[in-house]
Amino acid sequence: MALLEVRNVSKDFGGLRAIDHLDFHVEEGEIVSVIGPNGAGKTTLFNLITGLFQPDDGEIIFDGHNLVGLRPDQITKLGIARTFQTVRLFFNMSVLENAMVGQHCRTRSGVIDTILSLPRQRQEEERIRQKAIEALSFFGTRLVGFRLHQPAFVLSYANRRRLEIARAMATEAKLLLLDEPTAGMNPRETLELTELIGRLRDEKGFTIVVIEHDMRVVKGVSDRVVVLDYGRKIAEGTYDEVAHNERVLEAYLGRKAVRSA
Amino acid sequence: MAEIAPVRKVAVVEEEIKLKAEEVDLQRAAKLGGVAGLVAVFVSANGMVQAFAERAIISPILSMGYALLFLVPLVIGYLAAKEPPVREGFEAPKKGPRNVVAGLLVGVGTAVGLALFVLVASVVNLRPVFLNVSPELLELLTFGQGVGPGLALLVVACVVLGTVGGLMRLVPDRLRNALWGGLAWTLLIGLLEVVVAQLFRGLGLGFLEDIFYAPLGGLTLTGALVVFVLAFLYYYTVVPRVDAWRANYAQLPAERQRSFRLGALVAVVVIVGLLPQVLGPFVSEVLDLVGIFLLMGLGLNIVVGFAGLLDLGYVAFFAVGAYTTAVLTSPASPRWSPELSFWLALPFVILAAALAGIVVGTPVLRMRGDYLAIVTLGFGEIARLLLLSDWLRPYFGGAQGILKIPNLSIGPIVFRTPVDMFYPILGFCLVAAYISWKLKDSRIGRAWMAMREDEQVAEAMGVNIVELKLKAFIVGAIIASFGGALFAVKIGSVFPHSFSLLVSITVLVLIIVGGMGSIPGVVVGALALVGLPELLREFQEYRLLAYGVLLILMMLYRPEGIVPSKQWMRELHEEELMQDAWLKMEEERRRQAEAQAAEGKPAGQPGEA
Ligand SMILES: Nc1ncnc2c1ncn2[C@@H]1O[C@H](COP(=O)(O)OP(=O)(O)OP(=O)(O)O)[C@@H](O)[C@H]1O
Ligand SMILES: [Mg+2]
Repeated sequence: MALLEVRNVSKDFGGLRAIDHLDFHVEEGEIVSVIGPNGAGKTTLFNLITGLFQPDDGEIIFDGHNLVGLRPDQITKLGIARTFQTVRLFFNMSVLENAMVGQHCRTRSGVIDTILSLPRQRQEEERIRQKAIEALSFFGTRLVGFRLHQPAFVLSYANRRRLEIARAMATEAKLLLLDEPTAGMNPRETLELTELIGRLRDEKGFTIVVIEHDMRVVKGVSDRVVVLDYGRKIAEGTYDEVAHNERVLEAYLGRKAVRSA
Repeated sequence: MAEIAPVRKVAVVEEEIKLKAEEVDLQRAAKLGGVAGLVAVFVSANGMVQAFAERAIISPILSMGYALLFLVPLVIGYLAAKEPPVREGFEAPKKGPRNVVAGLLVGVGTAVGLALFVLVASVVNLRPVFLNVSPELLELLTFGQGVGPGLALLVVACVVLGTVGGLMRLVPDRLRNALWGGLAWTLLIGLLEVVVAQLFRGLGLGFLEDIFYAPLGGLTLTGALVVFVLAFLYYYTVVPRVDAWRANYAQLPAERQRSFRLGALVAVVVIVGLLPQVLGPFVSEVLDLVGIFLLMGLGLNIVVGFAGLLDLGYVAFFAVGAYTTAVLTSPASPRWSPELSFWLALPFVILAAALAGIVVGTPVLRMRGDYLAIVTLGFGEIARLLLLSDWLRPYFGGAQGILKIPNLSIGPIVFRTPVDMFYPILGFCLVAAYISWKLKDSRIGRAWMAMREDEQVAEAMGVNIVELKLKAFIVGAIIASFGGALFAVKIGSVFPHSFSLLVSITVLVLIIVGGMGSIPGVVVGALALVGLPELLREFQEYRLLAYGVLLILMMLYRPEGIVPSKQWMRELHEEELMQDAWLKMEEERRRQAEAQAAEGKPAGQPGEA
């Protein structure tokens, strides 16, 4: 059975149908790219999966659990973590603290344990720290060392995106949803991140869904590509299959032609 | 190609010609001069100058009224003369006559404002509109010399002080800080006469009081000079070294640091513990009040500072603590009086506070920011009105409140006087500070801060918002209820009118001014906003005005508070450079390790290099 299955899901915003009877699945260990023109409903799909929005119709099954009706934190605890298209870090917290928050759902210490400083609480705190540093170390020296105790707001744009991924990794999720992880990065950084996304699966064992506009990245990482347009799936397959699909070309070029007119 | 590269590099270096720095904005200075004039007229016309003139700071020459009036051109002149911030690619701004001119403009602005005010007031009777514009005020403003020569004197004084404010910008940093520090401490020691004189007496150094303070109040000239010089020397010689000490301290091994911190903490607690003995009942009374507000500040700091939940009805939890204690311990409790001891009642107080936290917290779980503030504001008022209501009068005594709350005691020790009460209050403050400190760097504290930063993202990262909000409300409520319980036993009675909106506001203002989320900040805030006004009771009517002005100034110039919770507001690129240096070091180390590995030598022999 697939790790994630989105079945016949729809979502309306007022009169606008952002997701339209969408079927979508992700197998364990896959890297799936979701592409589509602006406003196609890609981010909305992520918001539905992570519980930020509730679908109007259909069901979302993850690892045997129906996600519809669950709160975002419950879904995260089941093993889905995400990044945001507009980077949303905890800017006034340190780099380390940002990643440590990711561990929240895997730990238990409460107010009383903390006040009494029980040994269990102290050990747990140490483990949280280690897991966070482990996630941050995935990006080489960029987020560790001196950086650990800097506030997130001093980070460069690329580092902010990396920290967001590290924070998601720290939740020990099975499935990572990355919303345009290379947006705003320069070509070298983009290349590096493309490689890292591959390593995220190969070394860390995450299953990954990535929304991407940069076709080189899509080509570089995807096992499978899903194309959305007006909330519907218009094509699906390997990069090469999709890249030569007529409907896809139309969706992209057609709109471009309209826009330039 | 290879030959071109170095040439280019040189070119790049030469290209780094810096643009001319921006200069001090004189137009802005002129505007600020207008502001200074308005402020000076305002503090005169609202009666502050005259009221404050009753109290001397430096005995014959400087009253608090004049100090207030003349700080206006001095400080605003200093602010106006500030150079624009250094920008990347621009030269560092040069200091020069423009700074002084800016100060001068402010001085002139102040002088013009005050002069117009004095002239108008001496011709037209403004009293029907401005009650405080009395002949005495005019006399004060003209130094008792009559409008002609007095006004000239006033104008000269303002202009000179504004200019001096500007001149301060030309003074080297170290000297300037020392001058300001000396001035600030002189004013403060003058203001705190009651406390300092009592301190001398308590320490058996009564003769110092005669040297430092004049019989009619205020520092003597000698006293002022000594204070100024001591403070000056402190800022000139000691403070510049603090950074070096801090760096040394950071070098110490973690264990040493810890024992050092522990030692410092013990020393502070011991000194603070001795304070009431030395300072006597009157000042202890003030300290008790500061302690109770500090306790509430620490509690609200968890709710607002850590978790970002703006609670304007915090006084409700204070009232719950006070009334629960009153009902459970007082023999005069109207309906039901189990007459428990304070300590037996305490678990019930905690329970009641936790319940109150849930009652207030639950309806506002899905609210944010402004809505949360307004609803909690409502809760605070509801609590007070319920206590006043006829409906609950049989239980809580309505406006008559509950009297005869017995003193706090531990075994045979009874805490009767303000001096005695200081100790339990201090004890609870330490407990609350410990709780805050523990929670701050913990799983719970981080989740609160994440929630404060971005609730939706925190939730998407696995933080259960509902649970954490309730926890914040409950912990905050319990700490406030400690404050209420101590307040009840200290006063010996509780009345609804003690639990007004003003309490919530005072607590909120003190944590904003002290530094949101910062524990030392709350201490500073409580001392400055509760302690100082108590010592200046005769000027009570200006207290809220002072709070308002302070809040505005803090928001404009130091929104992170006097003692920010995290000291990382430094220059951005400086940190980038440090990271680069660190990366280079790591790189170097790796290369060395690789080189050594390649040569087949055992790694790690720094002596050879
Ligand atoms: N919260 C919302 N309320 C109303 N409309 C929304 C909301 N979120 C998204 N939409 C609309 O739904 C449609 C799909 O938006 P979505 O953000 O999912 O697009 P996208 O594919 O991520 O586009 P982009 O590539 O620009 O990020 C858009 O028309 C958008 O305006
Ligand atoms: Mg999007």
